[in-house]
Amino acid sequence: MASLDNLTFAPPPSFAQGEVLRAEVRAFLAQHMPERAITQGVGSWGGSDREFSRKMGARGWIGMTWPRRYGGHERSALERYVVLEEMLASGAPVSGHWVADRQSGPLLLRVGTEEQKRAILPRIAAGECSFCIGMSEPDSGSDLASVRTRAVAADGGFRVNGTKLWTSNAHRSDYMILLARTGEAGEQRHGGLTQFLVDLKSTPGISIRPVHNLAGEHHFNEVVFQDVFLSAANVLGEVGGGWQQVTSELAFERSGPERFLSAFTLLVELTRALGPAPSERACIALGRIVAHIATLRRLSRSVAGMLQAGANPAQQAALVKDLGTTLEQEIPEIARQLIDEEPDRDSTRDFAAVLARTMMNAPSFSIRGGTREILRGMIARGLGLR
Amino acid sequence: MSETRGLVREAAERLFDKHCSAETMRRADGGEFPQALWRALAEAGYTSALVPESAGGAGLEMADALSLLISAGRHAVPAPLAETMLAGWLLSGAGVSVPEGPLAAVGPLTVAPVRADDVLTAKRDGALWRIEGTATRIPWGRQCGQIAVLARSDGKNLVALVSAADVEFRNGHNIAGEPRDDVVFAGVKTRQAAVSPVDDGALRALGAVMRSAQIAGALQSVLEMTVQYAQERVQFGRPIGRFQAVQQNLAVLAGQAAAATAAAEAAIEAAAHDLESPAVAAAKIRAGEAAGICAAIAHQVHGAIGFTQEHRLHYSTRRLWSWRDEFGNEAWWARRLGGAAAAAGADRLWHGITAAG
Repeated sequence: MASLDNLTFAPPPSFAQGEVLRAEVRAFLAQHMPERAITQGVGSWGGSDREFSRKMGARGWIGMTWPRRYGGHERSALERYVVLEEMLASGAPVSGHWVADRQSGPLLLRVGTEEQKRAILPRIAAGECSFCIGMSEPDSGSDLASVRTRAVAADGGFRVNGTKLWTSNAHRSDYMILLARTGEAGEQRHGGLTQFLVDLKSTPGISIRPVHNLAGEHHFNEVVFQDVFLSAANVLGEVGGGWQQVTSELAFERSGPERFLSAFTLLVELTRALGPAPSERACIALGRIVAHIATLRRLSRSVAGMLQAGANPAQQAALVKDLGTTLEQEIPEIARQLIDEEPDRDSTRDFAAVLARTMMNAPSFSIRGGTREILRGMIARGLGLR
Repeated sequence: MSETRGLVREAAERLFDKHCSAETMRRADGGEFPQALWRALAEAGYTSALVPESAGGAGLEMADALSLLISAGRHAVPAPLAETMLAGWLLSGAGVSVPEGPLAAVGPLTVAPVRADDVLTAKRDGALWRIEGTATRIPWGRQCGQIAVLARSDGKNLVALVSAADVEFRNGHNIAGEPRDDVVFAGVKTRQAAVSPVDDGALRALGAVMRSAQIAGALQSVLEMTVQYAQERVQFGRPIGRFQAVQQNLAVLAGQAAAATAAAEAAIEAAAHDLESPAVAAAKIRAGEAAGICAAIAHQVHGAIGFTQEHRLHYSTRRLWSWRDEFGNEAWWARRLGGAAAAAGADRLWHGITAAG
């Protein structure tokens, strides 16, 4: 029989002490959740709120697993998981520190110089410093290895020219981690790529243009680099080692609770709109979604446990994201058939407003962080088919 | 997985590998009871896994015993292992002695009722009890020596052991060809009865966990079979598994199988201490949904050969199509789970999900 060990999920570690932390997070949210329209919490990790990020930083809930000497708190991945899922389920505004906490910080920790780590990690952990991901380009989406932004060796560093696209939150971020071509791709196409730490606030030659999404929101940007000089101290990790670094970064990006809770605010509003004793049809639909979320949560915690144990569950992470985003996209389709109300993001009725926002954001769920087709290709590789 | 559970599962895999040969499967499919397999299951203690040692059983931890059924599902074991385990649990829980001697001698056991609308009643008759009513779709009914019955008696739940010789069977089959018989209890008398600590809801819940475990196991083997077939079958000059369209479907199959296993394992952990846990409902809902999706993809990839009795795929897929409807289908459990979520209210929705484990 075929060996499917690549796709085995270890049972999630038992974690009873997490419940104390969970209670702390819920108490914090009861006190500090900003007053705002409920639709603000939809679709993109609750939106950005520096003040809220600072408060979370003060509680020690950013950079939770990092060493203390870099501003971290040396807590477990499972404790971090509790904080993440509580924040997402409540629609809290965590997008300001999300990328830095999830992947940029851990990447710096793994491959950064001592100087880079000391300069930046404590600021991230304090909720003071935000990051965006400079990977995609106009002609490089799923085929990331084809990036054309070029960094050419210059006196004491590199000179960068090129365009990044779909860069979420670039206009609000302090730093970008830029993936650029520094050498020839080679036969495997994965050579010659290098990551750079780019200070977006003070580096000359960078222009950021908004790209509004179909919901009329400004998350995406086009970021143009025109003869931008980056010193050698801005290189992140190995020159030419970018591909390896990027792919390991993506495993962290794919299995978290953000991959099945993007439509959770809508599910809450659906439940509210249905009331305490809905029709049999509504109960069946709601029960099915609850069963799916409970199962996804177990799979996702399993991956967190495997990451904590030092394993590399890249294929399992791809599988969780594929299952999770499929459910997230189903939720608005199911909700609209249960409550006879037209979606309208300006509606004073929460259900109609949240339905509109979720519906308009839903197409992105299975595109960002690796398209469904790319993820299924990775799973097929795990099955030994390619 | 605990170390014991791992060892139990490894031993079970070896036993099933040895005793579920192609010949055994073929004959069982024709309606012949697999005696040799059954003896092996009884001798290994699997049939009495949920009967405490003090009552003459193998006395496995409940989670270990239930996880055996994942392995049984992998091998499409064509015998009432789950049902006999369930009967042993019901009887010994009430202090009714499980039939003496090796179970092989008295034959397998089953339980009644299994459908939510079926009610059996018990009345005292001197030192005896009389059982009345009809229980439909009793798994393996006519092939079992005795039936563990859960009956209502003056507002109490009573567990009774009834001989199959004393009841009337109306034969039926599930899609896998296994007996699913309506059983008529026309005032049948029994001496062996006691008040039960569990009700029909708990019986149904444990049955649902068992079917979820079997489905999860069957999906694992369906995935393995289908991936292997896609690597071997050549069309257009290359294995069909090289085509992206096929790869994408197999990835979906893998995801559904993983979800079913995760849901079943969660329910197995929960069932040991709380049969009312939402994890039980979630498992039957999630595994049941995966069963249909996976069977469809597996057949699509296997093409014509998978649609014949000459290929073993149907041993698994026909059971998947049956098991998902037994002990409550997805809609039955989802109605309960969703109804409870709605009653708890929007602001408790997340609390309910995290409390489910």
